[in-house]
Parts: sequence; structure tokens; C-alpha cells
Amino acid sequence: MTTILVAVFALLALAAVFGALLGFASEKFRVEGDPIVEQIDALLPQTQCGQCGHPGCRPYAEAIAAGEEHNRCPPGGESTVVALSELLGREVLPLDAEEGSALDVKRVAVIREDECIGCTKCIQACPVDAIVGAAKLMHTVIADECTGCDLCVEPCPVDCIDMVEIKPTLGTWSWQRPPGVGSKPDKLIPVVTL
Amino acid sequence: MNAPIGRPRLLFDFHGGIHPPQHKSLSNQRPIRPAPLPGQLILPLNMHLGAPAKPVVQVGDDVLKGQKIAEAQGAVSLPVHAPTSGKVVAIGPRPIQHPSGLDAPCIVIEPDGREQWCELHPLPDWRTCCPPSALIPRLREAGIAGMGGAGFPTAVKLSPRAEHPIEQLIINAVECEPYITADDMLMRERADQIIAGVEILRHTLNPKEVIVGIEDNKPEAIEAMRRAATGTGIEIAVVPTKYPSGGEKQLIYMLTGKEVPSGGIPAQVGVVCHNTGTALAIHRAIVFGEPLISRVTTLTGKALREPGNMEVLLGTPVSALLDAAGADRNRIGRLVMGGPMMGFTLHSSAIPVVKTSNCILAASVEELPPPAPEQPCIRCGSCADVCPADLLPQQLFWYSKNQDLARAQQYNLMDCIECGACAYVCPSHIPLVQYYRFAKGEVRKEVAEQQKADRARQRFEARQDRLAKEQAEKEARRKARLEGSKPAAASGVDMAALKAASLEASSAYKAAVKALKAAEAEGSDQVATLAGDVEQLKAKADAAKAAVRDAGNPPAAPVVDVAALKAASLEASAAYKAAVKALKEAEAAGEDVTTLRTEADALKAKADAAKAAVRDAGPAAAKAAPAQPATAEQPAAEKADDGAERTQKMKALKTAFNMSHKQFKEASAALEHAEREGADNLDELRKQVERFQLKADKAKAALGLLVDQAKADMRASGSDLKSLKIEAAQTEAAARQKARELEAARIKGDDERINVLSRELDALQREAQVAAGALKAATDEQGLADA
Amino acid sequence: MSLITVTSPHATRSGNHTGAFMRQVVYATIPGIVVMTWLFGWGTLFNLMIAIPAALLAEAAVLKARGYNVRFALRDWSAVVTAVLLALAIPPTSPWWLIVIGIIAAIVVAKQLYGGLGMNPFNPAMVGYVVLLISFPLEMTRWIGPHEAPSWFDSFRMVLASANVDAFTGATPLDSFRTWAGNAEQLQALPILHGEFASLGWEWVNVAFLIGGLYLLARKIITWHIPVAMLAGMALIALPFWLFDDTRYASPLFHLFSGAAMFGAFFIATDPVSAATSRYGRLIYGALIGVLVWIIRSHGGYPDAVAFAVLLMNLAAPTIDYYTQPRTYGHHRAKRGATR
Repeated sequence: MTTILVAVFALLALAAVFGALLGFASEKFRVEGDPIVEQIDALLPQTQCGQCGHPGCRPYAEAIAAGEEHNRCPPGGESTVVALSELLGREVLPLDAEEGSALDVKRVAVIREDECIGCTKCIQACPVDAIVGAAKLMHTVIADECTGCDLCVEPCPVDCIDMVEIKPTLGTWSWQRPPGVGSKPDKLIPVVTL
Repeated sequence: MNAPIGRPRLLFDFHGGIHPPQHKSLSNQRPIRPAPLPGQLILPLNMHLGAPAKPVVQVGDDVLKGQKIAEAQGAVSLPVHAPTSGKVVAIGPRPIQHPSGLDAPCIVIEPDGREQWCELHPLPDWRTCCPPSALIPRLREAGIAGMGGAGFPTAVKLSPRAEHPIEQLIINAVECEPYITADDMLMRERADQIIAGVEILRHTLNPKEVIVGIEDNKPEAIEAMRRAATGTGIEIAVVPTKYPSGGEKQLIYMLTGKEVPSGGIPAQVGVVCHNTGTALAIHRAIVFGEPLISRVTTLTGKALREPGNMEVLLGTPVSALLDAAGADRNRIGRLVMGGPMMGFTLHSSAIPVVKTSNCILAASVEELPPPAPEQPCIRCGSCADVCPADLLPQQLFWYSKNQDLARAQQYNLMDCIECGACAYVCPSHIPLVQYYRFAKGEVRKEVAEQQKADRARQRFEARQDRLAKEQAEKEARRKARLEGSKPAAASGVDMAALKAASLEASSAYKAAVKALKAAEAEGSDQVATLAGDVEQLKAKADAAKAAVRDAGNPPAAPVVDVAALKAASLEASAAYKAAVKALKEAEAAGEDVTTLRTEADALKAKADAAKAAVRDAGPAAAKAAPAQPATAEQPAAEKADDGAERTQKMKALKTAFNMSHKQFKEASAALEHAEREGADNLDELRKQVERFQLKADKAKAALGLLVDQAKADMRASGSDLKSLKIEAAQTEAAARQKARELEAARIKGDDERINVLSRELDALQREAQVAAGALKAATDEQGLADA
Repeated sequence: MSLITVTSPHATRSGNHTGAFMRQVVYATIPGIVVMTWLFGWGTLFNLMIAIPAALLAEAAVLKARGYNVRFALRDWSAVVTAVLLALAIPPTSPWWLIVIGIIAAIVVAKQLYGGLGMNPFNPAMVGYVVLLISFPLEMTRWIGPHEAPSWFDSFRMVLASANVDAFTGATPLDSFRTWAGNAEQLQALPILHGEFASLGWEWVNVAFLIGGLYLLARKIITWHIPVAMLAGMALIALPFWLFDDTRYASPLFHLFSGAAMFGAFFIATDPVSAATSRYGRLIYGALIGVLVWIIRSHGGYPDAVAFAVLLMNLAAPTIDYYTQPRTYGHHRAKRGATR
């Protein structure tokens, strides 16, 4: 009998001590993490394009946090799906997008300015206020701020907005990845002579 | 200050390094000769590191030798000068010295052969005439950039921050790359001028020590420099031959034992490093006032019959130099600008020599054979043994190849100096440097994208806030109007309000029609409901119009009825919104019909109520007669004035916004630069950027407000020009679309479809004509009204 | 003229390619092959003659199946090196099928299934050896007594598995230590433990591989770090135990010149693919192999320990590399492990 009592008390005492230790440690070494929505939002590409069915990236981040599937962001592409899966500990899902809607090339909207009738519809559609102009006056896109989301193309009554691929400049050009084992990396090109 | 002669400097040895065959005797056997004057000089606006210069000449202008043809833009930038007298024949994109093969803007000058100098401002008494800091702007204006390779503006390097006192001034005369002998020959022939340039550098920086580092494979140059430096206190330090001892960081370590911190600049450890060629250019710029318009370039390689060094005018195309050096063009297998270790291949011989071009290597195929195919990495570690930065190249390769950028950075990818020693020794012939460059590019891209995403997020959130605020304000205004209308109605007729209600009803109707059309086009099952909505809204709009007409003809309305009318119109607009929402949902989901139906029912009830109210208002309005025309006319006149004033204001605001936005962009660019260079006024710049952004945002907000006002007024004044215009454009676009379809059908030869389409096209064209007519009429009217 | 546009550097060290590296390793085994043939007869050569074609065939078959350019890949000589190392590791009395199974385990399983050259985490030859040792312990422990080399005809019959092998085999010096059941004095009196300066016969095998290893060092095919660290680790741990009880523990010299010590130090542990790569990492890696070899030799259940020690440290190599990054220029201190 006494043995049992001793055992019980010993276990209780141990439980109390370790409980206290754990409680102390969880207070002392608490990790201040970003709320999950912030972390998801940080992984989304912030094009605010609405292709996920939400009016912007943050609402979609909230929806993902609430349990929505995390494969509905075509601009982010597969890499975003993978990153989100990693963050959330969910399965990597195939990108839920129409064929060809996930483009690797970056684009910006460009207004053909002499065709613009100044209807302001694109201004209202732009999620990041990257289009300037006033009623009956020509509009133009601030190329630096354009996220290439396409949302302004549809509302334009005269179809004067083009999505133009961003060409590499001297400042943004960078080397390609070499082709890998077994292939010669050279390319023979003729010389242009003046 | 004078270093004791005879005591050799204690040298530190950096890790790794390689000993490739030198091939220097190929080009250092002949004295420096002048290069011939080419038919055209092509001057890239970006011969240096930093922002490109801005042309200050026009095509057709005559320029003199040494005349400034493009000016510096921003802090880290340099002007460009005409290397000889002649005529500007073109300003436009040309192939330039960049591995991408992209073209960049250049100024093309056709020399007249007279070599006529512009007016120069020599300063032979630089020691006494002015404070050292006054020399620095002169160097900037002379366009002097580092001539060793990177081309960093010299003036920027000479203005170190106060908290970094300069202890050592190092002159980099190591020239460790194989083949290149430009600095070697320069020191043999012009040591006095180089030392004179070093004296100017010493004068501006006031360092404790001045050390010239020369590799021990250049005994003649060492001798010449020792002679020239006698009695000046400038120390000539001989370093052992090992590539890449001429790398700035490696040389600093060898001579001083100090390491430049990762991501930092030499000034942070009290060292400034300049190239010999730069020192010579500085001497000429100060003592003779000559801007940097020529340099000594090594022409070497086994495909040349007469390799050697040439004094080349900047902008001389490589092809002209190849001819001058007796190139056997059939033997050239690869054309390299710079040395064989770090130079880049040229894709055209039309590329000009620029401030940083120290060597043109025309190599035969046997000399530099095409790279062998890449084999798998066997992790032999030869690369790690030779890496002068003490990296683990095989790990970097692995992570770069797999684009694991976080890991690559963890292994200090960004500290790689791309010297190529690892790829030189790699037994598997892996183009390691290209892998690192690729990964570095990806890292930079990722950073840029992150920045852009952050900005997009901010802008999106700001917009959401603004929209919410606008909504709240609208709500408040509506409430105020609702309350304010009571006393107004008591005094008589609120014609404007009535008109607005009618307009609202009609625009609701139009929107509903559009929605219906869209739904029909999509074959949505909501069509019936929507058609009902449209009917109701049309009735309501008609009623509202009738009310307005009634109110205008026998103008009189009792208090209660006008208020009721208003309430009805409000409800109708709410109904319209609900309808639109329902449509959107239906489009998105394509289901959930029951909900929609109940909503539609509610809408119907509301619309009925509105209809009844409006009908009631009709006869009642007949009672209120007096004073209507007066009240209606006066605001109209005011409005016209307002409109003109606003247009002006709008223009001014737009300009203000554009300007401040431009300033903001410029400031951000400057900030970015400064960040890259690690300049000291980052905070200040950042503040500036914020200020400009604030300004731009303010201007934009004001502009937005004005636009909104204009829109509201337009609506109130009843000019429906905008919607007419849109309608006209839409119908025209539709007609065009049909015409295209018809064309396609014709090509296919589908007769039935052609018939259908041509009928449809006819109808659309008619519609378009009608719309255009309406638009024209409306514009005419508007024109009359404005007049 | 047509110009190629490629990335820098444009010059590469001439005559510098993987195949040449690997050939040098094969050349360096020649002294060892000669001594082993002298001591143990023609079996060693038969081993090589079976192993090399088998390895090339196995490698070619897998490369073909994986869709690679077979000729290009075979030119790296890595299969030959694996075959030579495995052939020298297994007893010269082995029947042909034993060698073939070992080669398949080495080339197909340990190398190609992990992605081929450069991707294998374990030394292929040692994986083949261990597979054989575990599956066929009897065949794998039958070594011929030194200086009792059978005739080439007997060796040939052994390869065809038609000779009574037991007639030719005896205990190796390392076996003698482990399996001795009598008292310590009798153990010390065994003639096989007393060659010129270490164990009988085997000392010359080790000297031969040491010479080959020095050749590799001189040609800069390997660096000194791993062999020196391994041999030092082995000797330093053996020394105190031998001083403490020289009847039960062998001397450091005995350890250094017995079994596969030199072969392991210069030819097996230095396999760059599966070894640690940083400078400090190589030292740690080598030293730990040396310690493990001694422990397994002195207390384990298998005749020699190099294979197990190397494979165990292969497992640890990525971790060692992770914690032994050198201090990069411009950094205050080296990054040790993850510091995100």
C-alpha cells in the first residue's frame, strides 16, 4: 500500500515540477510569430489580380487561413503553391488555373493613348491605383507600379489597353542557367560587321 | 611619411589563387602606338558604372575634341566627351560592351580629321591654387572612371565619408590577368605621369601611406616606377605573381592585411584603391585639363599578326583595331573584351572601346578552344582550394544549379568575385561562374520582385482605405441631402433632386440592360429574372422621367410627395445594386438560383413601391408652380463657371502630380544607387523619397477628388455625353468584331454562317450609326451649351 | 568569322579532366597490384580482369536505360576506378560470380540508382564490398596465407569456383587477433603477427599502397588532409591502449600496416564524391574514420573495418561540411551551421 502511495505521490510531484517547468519555458521562450495571415500574404505575389476569386491578395490570404485551397494563384505559379504548402503543412496541389493563364513572362498594361476616350473605367478597375487620368482626358499607366494583373483590360470599352511583355534591359538582364551535363554551352553566331 | 627604402613590405597571402600561363610577351614587345582614326566613333552613354549620361548635342551638331556631348545624370554618373572633332551623325541604340548582347543608346561621331580641341582649363598649380576638394568636381567633369575594369566614377571614390579616414591609398598596377599588358607598358613608358597622377590623388585624400602594387613578372615596369617615385614617399610594393592578386579585395589584403567587409567598400577599412591608368588620366585631367577621351588598350591573341598596345580614342570600333593589328579574321574564334579570365565575349566587332576596355583578345580557335562539355561534379574540391574568397564553390554550384537561393546565399554566394579560378581548375569543365552569375541574377530578381510586391500591397491597402472613406462620405452626403431636402421642399420644388433621381433611375436601367445582355451572351439561367428586373427598372425610369417632365411643366410639388419620390428613387437604386450583385454572383457561381429568386422578388416589391410613389408624385407636382425656372437657371450658370475653373485646376494638379511622381522616381533611383554603393546619406535620401511620394500622393488625391466632383456634376447637369460616347464606341467595336468574324467565316466558306453574320453585322452597323448620330447630336448640344 | 559567345573564364587548365584524374588513381594502384599478386597469386589479376569489364557493362547498361550518352559518360573512367578498388578489396580466391554481384551492387545500386557519378552519398566500391561481406561471409573471409600463392592454374580454378579453396587459405593477421581463443602469450607468438616491422606479408601490401598514395599526392589528385588525418586518428587511438595492454591490443604500427589501412586511407576515404569537402571537414572526416577503424577492428565482429568506417562517415559527411564552412573573405567569422 505504502509503495503504491509513494509511487503515486512521486509521479504527481514529478508532474507538478515538469508542468511548472514547461509553463515557465513556454512563457520565457515564447516565439512571437507573424499571424498566419501575414505570412501567407507575404508569400502571395501581390498582383491583386483577383484570379483567385477574392478582391486582392490579402482577402485570399485570409481565405487560405480559413481553410480555402492554396492553389488558386496563377501569377504566383507553382512556386507559390509549393511555398504555401511548406508554410501551412498542406499537400502540394497542382495549380488551379486555366491553361496558359499562369505566364512566366512579366507583363505591364500599356494604354494606346490616342485611342483612349477617357472613360475612367480602367482607373476604377486598377487594384493598385497605377493608372492616372481624369474623365474625358487621356489615361496612362504608371509602368513601375503596374502588377500586370489584366484587370483593366476587360472594362475598357474601346479595347485600347495592351498587356506588353517586359523586355530585359541592361539593368535587369542576367545570365541564363547553363544547360547542364553533357551539353556544350557555346552557341556559334555570325558577326555583324559595320 | 616616407617609407624606409630597402625594407620590403610584409605581404599577406590570400587563400587559393591559380597560375595560368601568362602570354604577356605576346603584346609587351612593342611600344605603345597610336591607333588609327576610325570612320566613326561610337560613344555609349554608359561607359561607366552608374546612371547613363544624357546627350547635350543633337544629330548634325559639329563638336570639338574634348567637348562635352553628354552630361552626368545623378550622383553616380559621368559625362561623355567627344574624342575628336567632327559631326554628330546619329544618336541611338548600337551594340555595346555588355555580355547580354543588348543594344544601348550611343552618340555616333564622324571625325573630320582636324583634331581641333575645344577650350581647356589646365591647372598646373593644383597644389597651391585651391583646396583639394575643389579638384574632385574637375575629375567628375573630365569623365574619369576606374579604368581597371568596373568603371566606377573616380570622383565618388575620392569623396569618402568623414567617419572613414583614409589610411592607405593603393595604386593597383598588378595586372594579374594573362595576356593584358596595358598597365605594364603604361608604367614602362609613362611612369612619371602616373606618379604625378598619384600625387594628385594623395593631395585629395591625404592618406598615411601610398602603395603601388605591382606583380613581380613586370621587372621593367617596377624599375621605371621605382625611378619615378624616388623621393616622393610613394612605396612600390612587389607582389608575387598569382591570379587574382589584382582583384581589389585581394590586393588590399595582400598589402595591408585588411579585409573589406562583405558587402562593403574599401573605404570602410580606410583604403582607397585606384588603377594606374586612372592615375594617368587624373594627371592629364588636372594638369592639362583634358577630359578622358582615350586609353591604352592591349590588342593581343594569336589571330593578330601585330599584337601590342595602342592609344585608342574612346568609341573606336573593335573592327578598326583588329585591322590596325593585322588580324587574320578567319582565325579569330572568339573575341574577348578584357582578359581571358574575367573578360566577356563580343558578339560584334562593331562594339566600341570604352573607358574600361583594357584588352581586346582576338584568340584563335586553338588558343581558346570551345568549352568542353560539362561533366558531373565529382566534388574533388579543386575549386575550393583555389577560391580567393575562401568559398565552397562546389556547394554554391549545387545550390545555384537547383536554384536553392537561400542556401546559396547561406554559403555566401554574393561574396563571389567571379574571378573564374574555380572554373579554370574544374576537371569536369563546369561553367561554374555562369552558374553563380545566374544565381546572383535570380537573387537580385527576387529582391526586386519582393520590393515591388510590397509596394503593390501598400498601394492596394491605401486604395481600399480610400474607397472605404469615399463610401462613408457618400453615405454621409446622402443623409445630409435627405435631411436638407425637407426644408427645401417646403419652400417649393426641388427640381434638381427630381432630375437626379430620374437620372439615377435611367442609369440603373441601362446598367441592368447591359447586365442582361451579358447574361444572354453567356447563356446564364438568370436571364429571365434579369429581364424582369430590367422591365421594372425601365418602368421606374420612365416614371421618373415623367415626374421630371410634369414637375417642369406645371411646376409645383407638395412637401410630402417629393420626399416620397426621393425615398423611392433611393430604394430603386438599392434594387439596382442588388440586381448587379446577383448577376455577379450568378456569373461567379453559376448556381444558387433560389437565393437569387428571393432577391429578385424583393427587388420587384421595392420597384413597385417606387413606381407607386412616383405615380403619386405626378399629379401632386402639378400643384406646385412658382419660382421654378429661376432656381433652376441660376445654378446652371454657376456650374458653367465652375466647370472651366475646375478644368484649369485639374490640369494644374495633373502637372503637379506628374512632376512630383517624376521627382519621386528619381529620388528612389538615387536611393537605390546609394544603397548599392553603401553611401552615407541613405537616411536623408530616404526622407526625400518619402517626401516626394507624399507630395505625389497628395496631388493624386486632390486630382481624384476633383475628378469625382466633375463626375458628380456631370451626372447632376444631365449631360449624358460620356455614356453616349461609350455606347457609340461599344457598338462600333461590336460591329468591327462581327466584321472580323464574317471575314473568318468567308475564309472558311460557311455559307449559312455568312448569311447569319452579315445580317447581324447590318443590324450592328445600323445600331452603331444611330449611336454615332446620337453622340454627334449630344456633342453639338454640349458645344452650344458650353458656348 | 564566326565568334562564340560564352561566359568567362575563357582559359581552362589544359589536360585537366575527370577521366585523367580517374586514370591517375588506377595507375597509383599498380604497386599494390604487383605486391598482392606476388603474395596471393594470380587471383588478384583474375579479379581485376572480371571486375573491369563487368563494371563497364553494368554502367553502360544503366546509362543506356537512363537515356544518357554512354560513350561520353564512360570516358570519365569512374566505373573502372570502382571496379579496380572493389577487385583489390575482395579476396583473391573469390569465384567470378562473387565479383559480378559485388560490381552490380556497387555500380547499379550504390552509384547509378542514386543519380550516377557525383550524386552517390556512399562510396560505391565499399557498398559492393559490404554487400558481399554480409551476404557471403565465408567466401569473403578466405584469404590466402602470405607467401603461399597458388599456381595460376589453381587460381583459375578458384575463379571458376571448381577448386577446394580451403586448402589454400588461412587466417589474416587481423583475424588472428579477433578469433584467438588461447592465452595472450600464444597469440603474441603467432608467426603471422611478425613480419619485418608489422604483420607478415600484409606490411608489404600496405607499403605498396602507401607508395601509390604518395604518387597521388604528388600529382595533386588528392590532398593530404584525409589520409593523414585517418592514419593519425588510427595511430593516436591505438597508442594508449597498446601501452596499457600490449597483449590484447595491437601496436599503432601494426594497425597502420595491416589489412586495408593504407589502401583505405589513400584510395577509399579520399573518394571525393562521398567525402567531406571543406578543409577542416576533411580533417574531421579522416580522423573519425581512423578512430572508427580501430574501434571496429578491436571490438567489432568483422575482419576489417575500413569499409564500415568509410560508409559510416559517408553518412556524416554532409553534416560535417555543413558545420565546417571556411570563413569567407570579408566575414568576421565562419558560418557554422544554419544562421538564417
